[in-house]
Amino acid sequence: MNAILNASRRDFLKGSAAVGGGLIVGFCLPPAGFTADLKPVAANAWVRIAPDNKVTLICHRNEMGQDVHTSLALLVAEELGVDVHKVAIEQAPVDPVYINSLLGAQITGGSTSIRDAWVKLREAGATARVLLTTAAAQRWQVPPDECSADHGYVTHKSGKRASYGQLAGAAAALPAPQSVPLKKPADFTQIGKLRHRLDSPAKARGQAKYGLDVVRPGMVYASLEQCPVIGGKVASVDDSKAKAMPGVLAVVNIGEGVAVVADHYWTAKTARDALNITWDYGPAAELTTEKIYASLKDAASRDGAIVRQTGDAAAALKRAAKTLRAEYRLQLLAHATLEPMNCLALVSDQGCDIWTSTQFPQGAQGVAAARGGVEAAKVRIWPQFIGGGFGRRLDVDFIGQAAAIARAVPGKPVKLIWTREDDTTHDFYRPASYHTLAGGLDAGGRLVAFDYKMVSSSITNRMFPGVVKNDLDPFMTEGSANLTYDIPNALQRVVIQEYGLRPGYWRSVSHPLNAFAIESFVDELAHAAGRDPLAFRLELLDKQPRQKAVLACVASESGWGRPLPAGSALGLAMMESYESYQALVARVSKSGDGFKLESLVYVVDPGIAVHPDQIVAQLQSGAVSGLINTLSSKVTLKDGRVEQRNFDGFPLLRINQAPRIEVIVLEGGDKPGGIGEVGVPLVAPAVANAVFALTAKRVRSLPLADSDIRFV
Amino acid sequence: MTTLTINGKALEVHAAADTPLLWVLRDHLAMTGTKFGCGAGLCGACTVHLDGVPARSCQIPLSAVAGAKITTIEGVAHDKVGAAVQAAWDRIDVPQCGYCQSGQVMAATALLTTNSQPTDEDIDNAMRGNICRCGTYVRIRAAIHDAARSLKV
Repeated sequence: MNAILNASRRDFLKGSAAVGGGLIVGFCLPPAGFTADLKPVAANAWVRIAPDNKVTLICHRNEMGQDVHTSLALLVAEELGVDVHKVAIEQAPVDPVYINSLLGAQITGGSTSIRDAWVKLREAGATARVLLTTAAAQRWQVPPDECSADHGYVTHKSGKRASYGQLAGAAAALPAPQSVPLKKPADFTQIGKLRHRLDSPAKARGQAKYGLDVVRPGMVYASLEQCPVIGGKVASVDDSKAKAMPGVLAVVNIGEGVAVVADHYWTAKTARDALNITWDYGPAAELTTEKIYASLKDAASRDGAIVRQTGDAAAALKRAAKTLRAEYRLQLLAHATLEPMNCLALVSDQGCDIWTSTQFPQGAQGVAAARGGVEAAKVRIWPQFIGGGFGRRLDVDFIGQAAAIARAVPGKPVKLIWTREDDTTHDFYRPASYHTLAGGLDAGGRLVAFDYKMVSSSITNRMFPGVVKNDLDPFMTEGSANLTYDIPNALQRVVIQEYGLRPGYWRSVSHPLNAFAIESFVDELAHAAGRDPLAFRLELLDKQPRQKAVLACVASESGWGRPLPAGSALGLAMMESYESYQALVARVSKSGDGFKLESLVYVVDPGIAVHPDQIVAQLQSGAVSGLINTLSSKVTLKDGRVEQRNFDGFPLLRINQAPRIEVIVLEGGDKPGGIGEVGVPLVAPAVANAVFALTAKRVRSLPLADSDIRFV
Repeated sequence: MTTLTINGKALEVHAAADTPLLWVLRDHLAMTGTKFGCGAGLCGACTVHLDGVPARSCQIPLSAVAGAKITTIEGVAHDKVGAAVQAAWDRIDVPQCGYCQSGQVMAATALLTTNSQPTDEDIDNAMRGNICRCGTYVRIRAAIHDAARSLKV
């Protein structure tokens, strides 16, 4: 049975469809019960329809809580005409057809999944629907436009009907349509409606399989002692004690550390603790947090690269009736995904198989090939549910390590499991940053001049160096390049300064850095002008109706300007990110034992809301990530070593600290914006602005606890 | 060899006496619903019930649980409260990444077993040992109240 080929995907499918229905080959076995001549049919790279009517989405993005399984299935289901709750999900393998057109690689990140798929997956569903309808029309010898397709059936006006499963085989023999009509948003019956997540039941019952949960026949375990200074190497190892322990199968030196392979994890971990390793600590052996901050501050004297320029900021600052200058600083952070880094690798004469939780299957394939000693074409990646990504699983270091260890014990599937301490001390850290700002007000208290410089480490230079041109890293200018204020004279710059510690993408990347500095400083300017921070912002937004609308809405919903109980105050912040507009009001109170965050009120305009309840969920979740950035968490270094090791040293927000969170969704666009990260960046400036309103103390560095602002 | 009573079944395990119950469940019995998060009793991802009381399985050696009745996420639905909690989790769509949710469900079931109508403060006190890195806390509170209501009728 041939695959139905979408014209634009034909070359790809020819390459992978040796027999049977396209993508299923070499990827997964058909479910039990199918006979050889009743194979499911791949309608294209994403949709498969089985003779028993089962519809499967081959999901090309990885599920890490952000709801891609359900949201992407909604796009297909809406156009195909099936109930999304009846769509089964299988995780896609690595293949060029699945490249994220917004990022240029097969990556789940950057709040891009819906934006990338909005047309692509609706077309995938519509293509399948057109083919099924055509097949039915041919079978009944009627014109196709007398047939309609919905609820899993094609129906002719005479009343004849056939299920999608009954038509799938005939549809497979048809040529793909050159173009397919898509529904108008007004006709959506599933997109934008209340729908449950497809994965809630499995996750509430411990049945969802994460990388850590994969079990393979003959599986063994590895625990890896890595150089305590990132970038250091093994100089020598005495493994005699470890090797003598029962159950230990091998000790493997992989350069950056020594792994013990054993019959069980606990054996491997216990034997690892008995290793005696001498290290070459490498170039970062003397690194401290103080040196990192000093390096960033020094670099602020450089000109850097221009992000955006209007008018003449320097001249306007000289002319201004009032000027204000300030410096801001943000801390290093760990990702602290609850599922520690882990990877199951098998190197054999068949190549290499990798079962893992990853946001970057394509990168996983590359690193497994390099460190497993196998050509990339023979590396198969089996992506699992992700127990927290937040950008950490864009890096593939642990996958390369597992492949390197597995290479030393060929034929044995080896599951490498990091401890929590390994995970905290060997992260790719959210960069620290230093910001300088100057603002000028005219006699009427209006912002007429703005000079901004952000200094930080470039993650993109480390991971995708070709993307950074003329010292401009687009992932460092988020929230600056797209600043929505209309300021007649503005000079916004960025300076790349490496400080000797590997930086990583952390949920919403540089948005929280730029937003904390800019939105706190705008609040400073409003107060310096003797004006209300809301009115001060609104007058700069005449060219930004969507931004203005969310700001006006959050003001009315939060009770901005109305009397508050004694001892409490509101703080405001706003921005555009990932093509979504948002505004946030934080309400903070103070009593004898400290500050309390009473509530967060978000208004977000995601353009079109595909799965509204999960937009609310993502804002609730972004709020908590934002609070980790704001309240007390930080990573510090001494003698090149990360000082925090577990959740006592690197605290995560707990339920008793979680505020009431209200989310209002306003749809103001004609396509969906990103949503997975938009809840994060505004928390710090909104809370810090509320703290200022309450105490007249301006905090210009994070976390707030370092300035003795402690929340209970 | 140690005999354990897990979800009402007697199971035999060959493992070193100091092996934490978490790894006995995961590696020796392939019961992977119970999660590893911190190995230090700080996150609650590994929560099981020992004789009905929530416990951190990463901190309890095999040698300490031979006589105990152990309930894990795989068996909690046999209990009416556990089933009600899971049904509420579905209705409210609590999970995001979902990795912590086995532990959250076990902790919430233990709470509702001893306190059928908890306040927000009761919930915060009972659940503060269970970290959710995604931040599903507002839905956890809502779902526990929802489960309490469903058990009342």
